[in-house]
Amino acid sequence: MRALLQTRLMPAIAVAVLVTILPLSFSSAYYYRIGVLVFIFALAVVGLNLLMGFAGQVSLGHAGFLGIGAYSVAIGPVHLGAPSWLCLFGGAVLSGAIAFLVGRPILRLKGHYLAVATLGLGLLLATVLTNEARWTGGPDGMSVPGLKLFGWSVRGATAWYWIAGATFVCGFVLAFNLMESPTGRALQAIHDSEIAALVLGIDVARKKLAIFVISAVYASVAGSFLALFNGYITPDAAGFLRSIELVAMVVLGGMGSIVGSLVGAIVLVVLPQVLTIFHDYEQALLGLVVMVFMIFLRRGIVPSIAAAFAGRR
Amino acid sequence: MAELLQFVSSGLTVGAIYALVALGFTLIYKASDIINFAQGEFVMLGGMTTVFATLAGVPLPLAALIAVVVTTAIGFALHRFAIEPARGASPVALIMITIGASIFLRGVAQIIFDRRFHSLPPLLGADPIRFGGAAILPQSLVVLAGATVIVTLLWLFIDRTLLGKAVIATAANRLAARLTGIDTRRVVDFSFAVSAAIGAVAGILITPIALTSYDAGTLLALKGFAAAMLGGIGSAAGAVIGGLLIGLIEAFAAGYLSSNYKDAVAFLIILVVLISIPQGLFGRAKVERV
Amino acid sequence: MAALLRFAATAAVGFIALLSVGDRALAQIKIGSVLSVTGPASFLGDPEKRTLEIYVDEINAKGGVNGQKLQLIVYDDAGSADNARTFATRLVEEDKVVAMVGGSTTGTTLAMMQIFEDANIPFISLAGAIQIIEPVHRWVFKTPHTDKMACEKIFADLKSRALTTIALISGTDAFGKSMRDQCVAVAPKTGIKIAIEENYGPRDSDMTPQLTNIRNKAEVQAVVNPGFGQGPAIVTRNYRQLGFAVPLYQSHGVASKQFIELAGAAAEGVRLPAAALLIADKLPSSDPQKPVVENYSRAYQAKTGQAVSTFGGHAYDGLMILVEAMQRAKSADSTKIRDEIERTKGYVGTGGIVNMSATDHLGLDLSAFHVLEIEGGDWMLVPGT
Repeated sequence: MRALLQTRLMPAIAVAVLVTILPLSFSSAYYYRIGVLVFIFALAVVGLNLLMGFAGQVSLGHAGFLGIGAYSVAIGPVHLGAPSWLCLFGGAVLSGAIAFLVGRPILRLKGHYLAVATLGLGLLLATVLTNEARWTGGPDGMSVPGLKLFGWSVRGATAWYWIAGATFVCGFVLAFNLMESPTGRALQAIHDSEIAALVLGIDVARKKLAIFVISAVYASVAGSFLALFNGYITPDAAGFLRSIELVAMVVLGGMGSIVGSLVGAIVLVVLPQVLTIFHDYEQALLGLVVMVFMIFLRRGIVPSIAAAFAGRR
Repeated sequence: MAELLQFVSSGLTVGAIYALVALGFTLIYKASDIINFAQGEFVMLGGMTTVFATLAGVPLPLAALIAVVVTTAIGFALHRFAIEPARGASPVALIMITIGASIFLRGVAQIIFDRRFHSLPPLLGADPIRFGGAAILPQSLVVLAGATVIVTLLWLFIDRTLLGKAVIATAANRLAARLTGIDTRRVVDFSFAVSAAIGAVAGILITPIALTSYDAGTLLALKGFAAAMLGGIGSAAGAVIGGLLIGLIEAFAAGYLSSNYKDAVAFLIILVVLISIPQGLFGRAKVERV
Repeated sequence: MAALLRFAATAAVGFIALLSVGDRALAQIKIGSVLSVTGPASFLGDPEKRTLEIYVDEINAKGGVNGQKLQLIVYDDAGSADNARTFATRLVEEDKVVAMVGGSTTGTTLAMMQIFEDANIPFISLAGAIQIIEPVHRWVFKTPHTDKMACEKIFADLKSRALTTIALISGTDAFGKSMRDQCVAVAPKTGIKIAIEENYGPRDSDMTPQLTNIRNKAEVQAVVNPGFGQGPAIVTRNYRQLGFAVPLYQSHGVASKQFIELAGAAAEGVRLPAAALLIADKLPSSDPQKPVVENYSRAYQAKTGQAVSTFGGHAYDGLMILVEAMQRAKSADSTKIRDEIERTKGYVGTGGIVNMSATDHLGLDLSAFHVLEIEGGDWMLVPGT
């Protein structure tokens, strides 16, 4: 019994430990900021990974949900006078609702249709965010009032590091539990063979829809955090390039590996910081990396390493 | 009346651009069921290579030829070195590869070329043709003519040549096609190469109207793709009609409603089509439902 | 699960190792710059980066500032406000710069401002919108003319030609939108009436529907196009295609020779507000800006092979204002530098003559703009402007 528990929660504990000891090496607010960004994107990527790795679908407009979450905590307080944390929930609910509305008809179709639909959705959201200047501040964006929790103003990279880190670990544990639950197992069955899953009586479309909604909520929360942390938001947070970056993080880390989500986020957030001299080549490198991984290392970094270790035993 | 005519001519101009781009998606999809997100970059490469060749002193027709050859080679390389090695992968993985290729090509283009906008001289001069109070650029007619020619050539190819039949066979059932002796790898190589060529030609014809830059491919690919989806991906005639339709809707939206959301039209169409008629207007209804 | 723990440890070590890569330099004055070198605003950031690099090298070749060499640290935000903020944090916390010249776009500037304000580091922005300096922030300055000034200059020229009812067709990009908002705000105060407004997306290829609507409004006496990038070139071509009889005004966002190339014959007769940099060879020799803009044009063209752009000019001005402030302050202390920047008086730059003060962190007035008209494929200075 204890052995089973240990295996299940081990990755979560490992990650929690990592989150806690990492700041020992931080020498300035800059590193805390990087950490916050990594956790925020890793959170979004965990959600996307559930969709891509387990439900086998692609969302090419996932940054749109990020944008919804981000702008909810901007528009809510500024235009409606609502408190930030409430708007965060509101944004998550809105994202989930949109995912449900769009996903329901689309997920009944087989193949790449969700990819295309999310592409259109993401672009549509980005266009609306750019054009509705009265609400969103237009292409130049708008400033976001800081988060106030129980009267205390959350400011500074250090405070956000712990909040984002804690939220990420929660999201991580939730995702893990989801995968071990009946829904998760049903999804793995679908991923392996949709026909077999159908035969077993699994409602494939409904399970996929549930995962799509969940992934949208993850992205929305991440987006809200991003806006609150930065104190400023622009429409490019919901743009096509951002969506592709999220997918690249999933691909790099490993589709279907939740730990891989963290790795993918780390690579794509930290690498541009390290390779600043190569910024001219950044786009070319990103494209090349995505291609190479999808051709040769389709499982991604973490599963490949895990397989290598397993092979050695 | 005059303004209606102008909106129509604007819609046809832009629509023809989308149609040409949309055609590029058709052949690859027909042969391999892959949606090639790098198609926009083929269009960009056609335009930019021609521009830079002319800037280097090469006469325009030769520059255009070089651009088409280079882009065709890149299309072939894309299949041979990026898609083919991943042959058994899921459609999701293949889409990701083409997206990666698109970003890669864009990233390389901004280093080899530059980050500014460029144009090409129009084929039939810049003086607009006036009719009924409206004015249309001769290049728009060139683009429309180009789209028509390509559609006809594609149809002739698929319908009348043995290689065309091989393409259909490969798409229908790859294993069966190989069993009948068709070299399916060469067939898909060929379709990528031809799609790249179509893209390059599109780029050369479009640039005198729409200008070009290293990142022109993205939005064009998205709009062209919306057009292909509307017309029914896999149908060449559908691609053209889809493109023209989207162009016309955009022009009317800009003229009669608000120009703000013109771009949103194409994206909205993608969603609406997928929800109501996923196979598009002219596509075969071979969409499986779960 | 030992494998996973091992992996986590490796990841942590790798993460730390990656982050400890950084520049180490000794006894140099560090100047930071976050520019949009790639991405949708590369039109701005690319010439800005080249300019900064060319002139930092030149200054260092001549011995540096106050006996110390300058070290320029440039980061590319690719037009993303998020990246800009991250790099700004890095400049302040890690690289410990004494000053910053950068921020190609309004969005990236606004996202970075707080960081420099909090860190007490002077920030000279290269972006156009007026919100950067109005209200005045203690540590934030800027060199480009505001879009409000561009509107005022255009409207003044319109009034001088007795044209008072206009149409606006603007791009929905940040530059176009911001300038459009300013023009709408300024119009009533200058007696200009905006009869109809249209807009277009920055990558649209045909604006004839919008222009047709404008042409059908009989009372329109002139058309103003706030926009940036390829849009204005296409608007100008469509303008000629539709055979408009009334004059077209472009914004300072198109101020580069490339616009004339792209718009072709349609550009004839188009007017726009622009800095002296564009007409370096046509300035009267008595103009104090003439030597400055000629030198800059020559140097830029020689080193990059490209024609000058006003955006590069703004970067030049930003750098020079900073350097002169450092020389006057005789120190590399950020607060002293900031105070001296604020005391800039009579600086002759590519954008105009700069006189800053505690309430004016731009220092330019309307005389920094000239009205140009395109004639024979070249710029022509409209006399008296």
